[in-house]
Amino acid sequence: MSITDDEARAMVARAVRRIVPDAEVETLASDADLRRTFELDSLDFLSFVELLVNDSGVRIDEDDYPELTTTAGCADLLVRRSA
Amino acid sequence: MTTATVGTVETTYREALREAIREALREDDRVFLMGEDVGMYGGCFAVSLGLLEEFGPERVRDTPLSESGFVGAGVGAAIAGMRPIVEIMTVNFSLLALDQILNNAATLLHMSGGQVHVPLVIRMTTGAGRQLAAQHSHSFEGWYAHIPGIKVIAPATLEDARGMLWTALQDPDPVLLFEHGSLYNMSGTLAEDAGHVDIQRTAVRRPGRDVTLVSYGGSLSKTLDAAETLAVDGIEAEVLDLRSLRPLDDEAIMESVSHTHRAVVVDEGWRSGSLSAEISARITEQCFFDLDSPVERVCSAEVPMPYAKHLEEAALPQPETVVAAVRRAVG
Amino acid sequence: MPSLGADMDSGTLVEWLVHEGDTVHRGDPMAVVDTDKSAIEVESFDDGVVESFLVEPGTRVAVGTPLAALAPLAGAPAEEAERRLPAPPGKPPSRKHAAPPAAKPPAEPAAVTAAKPRVPKPRVPVPVGAPPLRHHAAELGVDLTRVSGTGPHGEVTRADVDRAAAEARAGARPETALVRPETVPVRPAARGTQVSPYARRLAEELGVDLARVSGTGRNGAVRAEDVRRAVEASARPTSAPVEAREEAPAAGEVPESRERSARATIAALMSRAKREIPHYYVATTVDLSTATEWLRRTNRERPVSERLVPAALLLKSAALAARQHPELNGFWADGRFVPGDDVHLGVAVSVRGGALVAPAIHHTADLDLGEVMAALRDLVKRARAGRLRRAEMADPTLTVTDLGDQGVEEVIGIIYPPQVALIGVGRIVERPWAVDGMIGVRPTVRLTLSGDHRATDGATGARFLNTVEQLLLHPEEL
Repeated sequence: MSITDDEARAMVARAVRRIVPDAEVETLASDADLRRTFELDSLDFLSFVELLVNDSGVRIDEDDYPELTTTAGCADLLVRRSA
Repeated sequence: MTTATVGTVETTYREALREAIREALREDDRVFLMGEDVGMYGGCFAVSLGLLEEFGPERVRDTPLSESGFVGAGVGAAIAGMRPIVEIMTVNFSLLALDQILNNAATLLHMSGGQVHVPLVIRMTTGAGRQLAAQHSHSFEGWYAHIPGIKVIAPATLEDARGMLWTALQDPDPVLLFEHGSLYNMSGTLAEDAGHVDIQRTAVRRPGRDVTLVSYGGSLSKTLDAAETLAVDGIEAEVLDLRSLRPLDDEAIMESVSHTHRAVVVDEGWRSGSLSAEISARITEQCFFDLDSPVERVCSAEVPMPYAKHLEEAALPQPETVVAAVRRAVG
Repeated sequence: MPSLGADMDSGTLVEWLVHEGDTVHRGDPMAVVDTDKSAIEVESFDDGVVESFLVEPGTRVAVGTPLAALAPLAGAPAEEAERRLPAPPGKPPSRKHAAPPAAKPPAEPAAVTAAKPRVPKPRVPVPVGAPPLRHHAAELGVDLTRVSGTGPHGEVTRADVDRAAAEARAGARPETALVRPETVPVRPAARGTQVSPYARRLAEELGVDLARVSGTGRNGAVRAEDVRRAVEASARPTSAPVEAREEAPAAGEVPESRERSARATIAALMSRAKREIPHYYVATTVDLSTATEWLRRTNRERPVSERLVPAALLLKSAALAARQHPELNGFWADGRFVPGDDVHLGVAVSVRGGALVAPAIHHTADLDLGEVMAALRDLVKRARAGRLRRAEMADPTLTVTDLGDQGVEEVIGIIYPPQVALIGVGRIVERPWAVDGMIGVRPTVRLTLSGDHRATDGATGARFLNTVEQLLLHPEEL
């Protein structure tokens, strides 16, 4: 099942909002730093990755974490891996 | 019409109710009003005064003294596609129609497997304070709030008197609307364009931080008076107007109690097995670890409502008894 | 009431398992008795018909008190069955003789219930009076078997019962007619201190010992206000009244009370720490290349839900190091160091909205890394949901504050009283690092230790950090 860019972004938004319920992800620039913007600590980030993995079914390794800095980065990874 | 400032009108609770009925009759020809003396006499409490002349005997119908009969007729009309407003003179008399309300109106949707809705609104007067004694003065809205399948609402302000009826008529299922007898003459200003209001949410009528006072209907103004008195001593009470007695807006109640940590429920019904008991129980269930003192209740004395003025006053919740309960809670 | 243990003086009858009028046989369970340790079924010592209950459920009675009276089975010799269950009154609670019959060889119970040679008992419970009369007697606490009847054929009348009650009340024959003199209510007469649920929760969150809080509510109930006052009082020595200002909310604003109280608590605790604890600080930078590489490999094998973060390694190393340096793991109390019973690392967690808590991961050093990780995630989640448990707030023996996620390289923290040290963890940063005369780029972390100079000296702190560093070189052994 391939994931579209829109779907991937929605997954990112959902995952962030599960951790920071009032996060305004939609209005965030797609190159903004997610961890810094929403003050995600390493445990939050791990939960974020977990939510993305569960939602998308895509495998994400620690080596991929640098790609997950921004919404755009997350979406690219999910789209690429699901293709 | 431009967005110029909307004016206000001087009105009363009674007139606001009448205006709401008038609007419903005008806007929806499925709506009609029936009940004892609602036509020629203009309603026992003069709510429907003039409506017979305006809308004619087909739309404003006088009924015989037979609550079971005319409420049953209302249920039938609702099933057949009408939007009846049935007026019962007082809640005491509604017990004669309890079979229709509980066994028919409230259950038909369930019994028909979801096929038969009963879009009926029943209005009735409730409560004491007018020396009408033990057969015309009780507060049984809490009993009705016990029944699944109906909604129970209690307008306590001019806005709600004006705005709740229409929303209730839009509901596909039975709604009971309780008008406290002491409110009919309440006057005040209402926005000229005052319109429909929701019938689910509890309103904060006065914000505060020290204690949550839960009230509704005829008790609201007494509770607000109590809050004024308490404010003089620096106790800031948050006053909630339930508005909907069934379903209860738990979220609003708990939201308030979880920041005040204390609650006093003011309910003109009797204490035992009452709506106040239900609210108290829910607060304890949902906010136990936020409570800093036991939930207090201010209810009517458990006696048939006395006729004598001083006895009736003594039997009812009063601002002083609310103040005393708050002082027990706040300590 | 049988003695169900050497240290048992009394027991509470929880419930009857039989009814009056039931036929019971030796060994049949008759009642449930609570011994303070557990609920135990008490069995009949004999065959018979349950004549009457002498003790109401919920009543606590001394060992040796008769619980029920048995009437003989039809056809059985009367004397044989006219015994009370299970121990005769006045019998000393000898362990051997009073143990439950079920636990004994079959021959023993006979010796328990009726010492041989049997002494005929003068007062035998026989059905006296009609049910209304028995009810009346029970209400007045009159033992019908001790009332002499004045009715036809010596029957006890209502008037006899009233007279017996009146005599007993007058103190004429206090021991003759009124039953249950030894019973005491299960509920202690004086209830313990009452504490409102909110105050209890607040005390847990703030680590306040409720036994030391005096209540100002109704009947002396402790309320939230009392707990807050206790926190402030403990943080403010009587000689320094100047502190009062720091907890006062700014005039004119009505901040959310929980946040305000949390802030006031932190203010009070930290002021106390800085005022009372002579801090010393030591710091070191640790090469984490082995640790991070090991983590990377391990995490590749682990499902995402079980992946480890570096904080788990650091916590585990700190816990093991604390075990090696117990003088840093414990409390300063009454002018001396009291070691912790085990290492319960406190983890400083900042809660969204401004509060800070440092609940414990119990027995941190005994957990494997996966367990530390799971405990950490669970703790942080519950801390943020405000669902910490009392022990977690009360038990930390040494606290770790990790601000690496906030991007700072170093934390020089303030000790949580009454603990005696605090470990600060900074961000993992790649730094140029000299190894064997070469410069490489290595992931490193800055560790600090704030120590209470009353309890330990800088050298202890230094040794502790060295131990942590050594442990982190061998992450696979953690």
